[in-house]
Amino acid sequence: MSGHEQFAEDLALYALGTLSGEDRSALEKHLETCVSCRQELEHLRGDMALLALSTAGPKPPQRARERFLPAIADEPRGKSSITVTPQPKKARWVFVPWVAAAFMTVVAFWFWRQADRLSLRVADLQRQAAQQQAQLERAREVVQTLTATDAMRVTLVAANTPPQPQGKAIYVRDQGSLIFLANNLPQVPSQKAYELWLIPVSGAPIPAGVFKPDAQGSATVVNPPLPPGLQAKSFAITIEPEAGSATPTPPIVMTGAGE
Amino acid sequence: MAQLYDRYSPIVYSVALRVLGDTAAAEDILQEVFLQLWRDPGLFDCSRGNLGAWLAVISRNRSIDALRKRKPETDPSEVLLSVEPDFAGEAERSQAMQKVRGVLNQMPPAQRSALEMAYFQGLTHTEIASKTGEPLGTVKTRIRSGLLALRKAFGT
Repeated sequence: MSGHEQFAEDLALYALGTLSGEDRSALEKHLETCVSCRQELEHLRGDMALLALSTAGPKPPQRARERFLPAIADEPRGKSSITVTPQPKKARWVFVPWVAAAFMTVVAFWFWRQADRLSLRVADLQRQAAQQQAQLERAREVVQTLTATDAMRVTLVAANTPPQPQGKAIYVRDQGSLIFLANNLPQVPSQKAYELWLIPVSGAPIPAGVFKPDAQGSATVVNPPLPPGLQAKSFAITIEPEAGSATPTPPIVMTGAGE
Repeated sequence: MAQLYDRYSPIVYSVALRVLGDTAAAEDILQEVFLQLWRDPGLFDCSRGNLGAWLAVISRNRSIDALRKRKPETDPSEVLLSVEPDFAGEAERSQAMQKVRGVLNQMPPAQRSALEMAYFQGLTHTEIASKTGEPLGTVKTRIRSGLLALRKAFGT
């Protein structure tokens, strides 16, 4: 038991300078070893300063100022018998720069802390940016390979089977992203195009891109505008006017359901 | 120093005047406190800030010493204190003053009186108890809880 409670009230009296005798010496002995009581004493003196404010109002007369300023001019520093920390005694106005220097030190330290924090933050952002750049580069390579017009697209089928029209849709529901790749598609009549449809679990088919195959019968559709979160039952292709349609026109020329 | 004097002399003076009740004596304390700081700025640990609050406490202690006609009892360099409001600006001081007066007005009269007797007259709890006829323990508790009420109002 450190006995802080027993000293709590004595501490207030001690701060006020009205504690004496054995109580005072016991408290001073305790203060030598007790950090929390020393802190409490500092707070109590702060409270005393607040109480001093209640007296604010009367201003010292001008004559007090006129008495003080010449007094310091006549009074060199360093003669005090209560000097605790020796101070340089070169100039009489040394006190003002001394306070300013301390203030500047605090300000400089604050700036240093801020700069340190900022440089850590910058390093963190640079690392994140580098990671995102690498991911983006990889994504770009994948999309380029999938969609390059000069890419060789080979569909492997059982031997001796004539080439069949094929389409492959890769759909991520939560992101509403879709990549569609097709091969061996017959050419469409002029002013017509293929249109891909997303057939939801419930509701009407949703347009998922209009496309025309190249000379080799290949085509791709990358990320047509689709609402995210739509659950697809299947995908289908119809032939529509070049501008596309809002609803599919029969017949369905290709279809496929999700696995 | 003239700037510091202009900024803080009102609080140093008003405390001394309240304790001593005499303008000439209060001016002597004012002169003494600032001369002492002038001679030895190291008395105040500036890394702990709040020179105004420190001067207010030094002025009060020195005034009590003068009132009780005794030699200075506390070494100003050992008076470390911790308090939030900065007493530097007149507006801040005036705002804090209103708040302190509000807290004092809301205190039970017996508590306020015990606190003020200890603070402005430098009476010991024994002296206060014999004046008011209250138990020593009650007086001690009133003084401490009075100071804590001020601290609470400033949230420190």
